[in-house]
Amino acid sequence: MTVLSRLAEQVREATHARSPLVLRGGGTKDFLGRRPEGTLLDLRPHAGIVAYEPTELVVTARCGTPLAQLQAELAAQGQWLAFEPPSFGSEATVGGMVAAGLAGPGRAAFGAVRDFVLGVRMMDAQGEVLEFGGQVMKNVAGFDLSRLQAGALGILGPILDVSLKVLPRPQARVTVQFALAEAEALAAVNAWAARALPISASVWHAGCLSLRLAGAARAVDSAVAMLGGERLAPDAADAFWIALREQTHAFFEGDGPLWRLSVPSTAPVIDLHGHTLIEWGGAQRWWRAAPDEDATDPVRAAATRAGGHATLFRGGDRAGSRFQPLTPAVAALHQRLKDTIDPARIFNRGRMYADL
Amino acid sequence: MQNASTGVGFLRRAELTGRLRARLPASAVLHEPEDTTPYECDGLSAYRQRPMLVVLPATPEEVGFVLRECHALGVAVVARGAGTGLSGGALPLADGVLLSLARLNRVLAIDPLARVARVQPGVRNLAVSEAAAVHGLYYAPDPSSQIACTIGGNVAENSGGVHCLKYGLTVHNVLRVAGFTADGEPVEFGAESLDVAGLDLLALMIGSEGMLAVVTEVSLRLIPRPQVARCIMASFATVEAAGDAVAAVIGAGIIAAGLELMDQPAVRAVEEFVHAGYDLDAAAILLCESDGTEAEVEEEIERMGQVLRAAGATAIRVSASEAERQRFWAGRKAAFPAVGRISPDYYCMDGTIPRKRLAEVLRFISDAEARYGLRCPNVFHAGDGNLHPLILFDANDPDQLARTEAFAADVLEKCVEVGGTITGEHGVGIEKINQMCVQFAPGELAAFRAVRRAFDPDERLNPGKNIPSLHRCAEYGRQHVGGGRLPFPELPRF
Repeated sequence: MTVLSRLAEQVREATHARSPLVLRGGGTKDFLGRRPEGTLLDLRPHAGIVAYEPTELVVTARCGTPLAQLQAELAAQGQWLAFEPPSFGSEATVGGMVAAGLAGPGRAAFGAVRDFVLGVRMMDAQGEVLEFGGQVMKNVAGFDLSRLQAGALGILGPILDVSLKVLPRPQARVTVQFALAEAEALAAVNAWAARALPISASVWHAGCLSLRLAGAARAVDSAVAMLGGERLAPDAADAFWIALREQTHAFFEGDGPLWRLSVPSTAPVIDLHGHTLIEWGGAQRWWRAAPDEDATDPVRAAATRAGGHATLFRGGDRAGSRFQPLTPAVAALHQRLKDTIDPARIFNRGRMYADL
Repeated sequence: MQNASTGVGFLRRAELTGRLRARLPASAVLHEPEDTTPYECDGLSAYRQRPMLVVLPATPEEVGFVLRECHALGVAVVARGAGTGLSGGALPLADGVLLSLARLNRVLAIDPLARVARVQPGVRNLAVSEAAAVHGLYYAPDPSSQIACTIGGNVAENSGGVHCLKYGLTVHNVLRVAGFTADGEPVEFGAESLDVAGLDLLALMIGSEGMLAVVTEVSLRLIPRPQVARCIMASFATVEAAGDAVAAVIGAGIIAAGLELMDQPAVRAVEEFVHAGYDLDAAAILLCESDGTEAEVEEEIERMGQVLRAAGATAIRVSASEAERQRFWAGRKAAFPAVGRISPDYYCMDGTIPRKRLAEVLRFISDAEARYGLRCPNVFHAGDGNLHPLILFDANDPDQLARTEAFAADVLEKCVEVGGTITGEHGVGIEKINQMCVQFAPGELAAFRAVRRAFDPDERLNPGKNIPSLHRCAEYGRQHVGGGRLPFPELPRF
């Protein structure tokens, strides 16, 4: 019996019994979302890189492929996943990366996971394999059900294979740092982003703004000359951005609930007590609550006022509400999509919202 | 289809007209044939149908009102921007409303610090960049019809352009849309933050051909205008060598701002028309553009030139001035009208293929030219694999038209066979609906319909487009649709 037919049988049985399945790869992002209920559907056995054509800028991998393996294959050809997905552990898989939809420091410059998804093969609730999108850059045939899978947390079914756009790694990169207060740093990163500068990442924390410039060597050099700031040694700089991406940076230590606020980059300083770390040119703001502090209402209200939304990313109540509640119209669409794609609600039931 | 001028159709039209005129001025609700005829087709003029009514709301609230009234009476609605689409996506229905969004044409706000433009759907694509220019910003997707096509239409079609490889498609440059569902309920997808809670319904909306909701406001991402752009024009002795050179450029780690290929028949047609200085002896020419800062462009042009020479370019010219760069592009942008001059009619295809299969697909096209006795010059967005072969024919000759349709269907099916798609940027609409049966299995089409019904349970928004019924697929044998002549001859098409 093949891996896929075993998966299909498990899915069909679950649908028949209306019994939920927990879709899981390496489990490195188990913390994300609400605690799901059900039987494990282990997707690791469906692994391997199906096709990789560096000159086509496309790689197709099965869901269980270790993310580290994919990244090593790309690096050997001087390419990378420009959205810099966090692994959160060596067991991370490609399918989990897409389902979680998390991007790293390069998000504001290069795009999100969904921006690099070209196509998927999925398994539907009857165990049938469906293919959407493809292996080409431009494709407008049918509705875009492939990008929809990025960040869907598996609630629309398991991603079996995914085709991703890959990019050449920038030739040169330099990190510079500036001593700036929060409001000044927000003003500076937004003003710089409106100019043709090769900024590939930014982070502000504890009075220090770090900028990563990446691209053609001459462009990086002239930008560094223009911006000034204190230059980090290359190895230290690489380690710094990896620590940020993997949340091993000192800011992320501790037990208090970790909130992620996604807001317009120009949103003013969000006045929450305690420590803040700001990425993505101002568009992603992390805030650490005190241990045992339920800050849900004030954080959600602050994010809404700023024109964004707040996610309880780590810690806190796993049975509670993790993602910002949807507007009634959008919530109704979620219900109808779920009903039509997964009528028995077997796929990651309750992971995103309690009633999905 | 029901006849709108008699019987039940007449009563239905009278009732809807009465309801709409209670709130809209008479000039916004049109039913006389002389008023509705201009809306009978979009850029694919082989398909024509006068709608029962044309409605031209001027505000988002009026759009919601029109949708609620149509919903109450069970009338289908086809939304339309400038009508420049090439796949018949805005073809009206005889018993339906054609909802023109042309009067929602205001740029609502430009935030230069946040780099966001908030616009209504009837704003023209190029007008966004014009409005943002004072801030040194622009909107990147540049479909060839950008002087006329609207942002609402771009959202519906996920429009591309010649700079997609580096700057992305519409889906990569829209932050948020607001509008109404089929029953007239307000709804919003995406946000001016970089993501939202829940499923990415914005990604689903982009390219949905007006079948999921009607958009009345769009937030667009603006980016800094590059300081400088330069273009290399390279000649090759074979089309295959030009294709390999594209792979070599990308393999060298260069993401060019534009990578366009034209074969000799296309080059000759264009040169006669535009006098761009193209190499008439080359089997194919490549246009490779670099943009960015002065330093960046200098470095990239140097490297790109080396790679092209190593890949066997027989001649290389680098634009020495902005005027020369514009001249290089003028030829490419005039490819469609130039071809229009050498043939009474032409049919444009839009398949996308993995680039490595280029030589195979071009051989297939050249065999098909012999088989069908029709010529087919090729222009090609080489960077992203999007082909626009142009079949030359005379629509007054029914046999030529039939051969063209069969030729086009063969090419699109070949694109699917080599792992590509039937449409890269023009959309399925009514034109390629049969080829959807070739590209997708019944279960996949069922999933599309399920998604459609989650948004629009009664299937009232743009019914009959994009997603074929299984019944239609069962009937589709070799009976291909097609045969498109382009109106808007003044628009560049690439």
